[in-house]
Amino acid sequence: MIYLQLFLSFLQIGLFSFGGGYAAMPLIQGQVVTTHKWLSMAEFTDLITISQMTPGPIAVNSATFVGIKIAGVPGAFAATFGCIFPSCIIVTLIAKMYLKYQKMAMLQEVLRSLRPAVVAMIASAGISILITAFWGSSANITLSGTKFSLVFIFLICVVLLQKVKMNPIWVMLLAGVMKVVVSYIGG
Amino acid sequence: MERKKNVLLKLFLSTLYLSAFTFGGGYVIVTLMKKKLVDDYHWIEEDEMLDLVAIAQSAPGPIAVNGAIVVGYKLAGIMGVLVAITGTIIPPFMIIAIISVCYNAFRNNYFVSQMLEGMQAGVGAVIASVTYEMGAGIVVNKDIISILIMIGAFTAACVFGVNVICIVLVCAVLGMLRTLAGKRRGTT
Repeated sequence: MIYLQLFLSFLQIGLFSFGGGYAAMPLIQGQVVTTHKWLSMAEFTDLITISQMTPGPIAVNSATFVGIKIAGVPGAFAATFGCIFPSCIIVTLIAKMYLKYQKMAMLQEVLRSLRPAVVAMIASAGISILITAFWGSSANITLSGTKFSLVFIFLICVVLLQKVKMNPIWVMLLAGVMKVVVSYIGG
Repeated sequence: MERKKNVLLKLFLSTLYLSAFTFGGGYVIVTLMKKKLVDDYHWIEEDEMLDLVAIAQSAPGPIAVNGAIVVGYKLAGIMGVLVAITGTIIPPFMIIAIISVCYNAFRNNYFVSQMLEGMQAGVGAVIASVTYEMGAGIVVNKDIISILIMIGAFTAACVFGVNVICIVLVCAVLGMLRTLAGKRRGTT
C-alpha cells in the first residue's frame, strides 16, 4: 500500500522536525533516500534546490514532489496530508492549552536541548549534499573523480554568502550559471 | 454569521497570498502574518501574537503550517484551522506539482542539468553558511551541555549514520531530565 507508506513516512517527518526550515531536511533524507529509496541523493539535492527557490515549507514541497513521483497526484495528497497531520493535532492542542497554562518550562528545556542537535543534523545532511555535488551520486571519493569546477563554485558561493552577504537565492542561481559557463567553455 | 464567514474568507485569502509570495522560510511568513493580522486587521493583540508565534516555532512540523494553525484556531476555532491550512498548502502544492511534472524533461536537457549541478554546489554553500551561523550562535553561549549535544549529535548522524528520529528523541528526553534536575536544585 504505497499511499499508506507515503502517509506514514511524511507523518514521521512532520512529527519529528523541530525548528522549521532546514531542520526537516535530514529527516526527509532519512525517510526518502535512505529508508525507502524513493529518490536518489542527486534527486534529493535537486529537490532541496527547487524548494529553496519556490515558496512553501521544505517538508510540504518534498511531500508533493515525492508523492507525485511515486504515486501521482493521489500520492502527493497522501504525503502532504501526512506531513501536516501531526501539526494539526499537536499545535491545536498546544494553542488550546496555552490559554490555560502560559508557562511551559519543560517544553522550553526540551527545545533548548534540541537546538544544538538540530544544527548538527543539518550540518550532516549538508555534508551529504556536498559529497553528491563533488563526487556524483555513486559517492566514490577519489581525487581524480573530484569535480573541481564545483568545489571552486562552492568556495565562491561561501565567500558571497559570508563576506558579501548576498541573498541565498541569487547565490544559488549564480552557482548554476557559473557551472553552465564552465562546461560551455570546457566543451 | 455573516461576520464569521467574512473572517474565514479573509483568513483564507491572507494565508493563500502570504504562502504564495513568501520566500525564505517559516520565520519570514510568521512575521508577515503578524503584520497583516495584528497591524492591518487588528484581529489579534500584539502580545498574544508573540505567544502564538512561539508556539508555532516550538511545535514540530513546518513553521508556516503551524503559524496558520494557531492563527486560524485563535480566530475561528477548528473551522479556522482548516481554512488557514488549506490556504497555506495550496500554493506550494500547485507549484511543486507543476515543477515535478516537468522535472524529468528538464533534467535531461543538457543546460538545465548543468545548471542544477552548479546549483547543488550553491545550495551546499547556503547550508554550510546557515549551519556555521547557527553553530557559532550556540558556541558563543558557552553552555557546555549544548556544545556536547551538538558534537554528539553530529558524530552520531554523520559518522555512525544513526537515525535522525532517534537523535531527536534522545535529546528531548535529555531536555526533560534537565528540567527535573533543575527543579530539584531549585534553580529554574
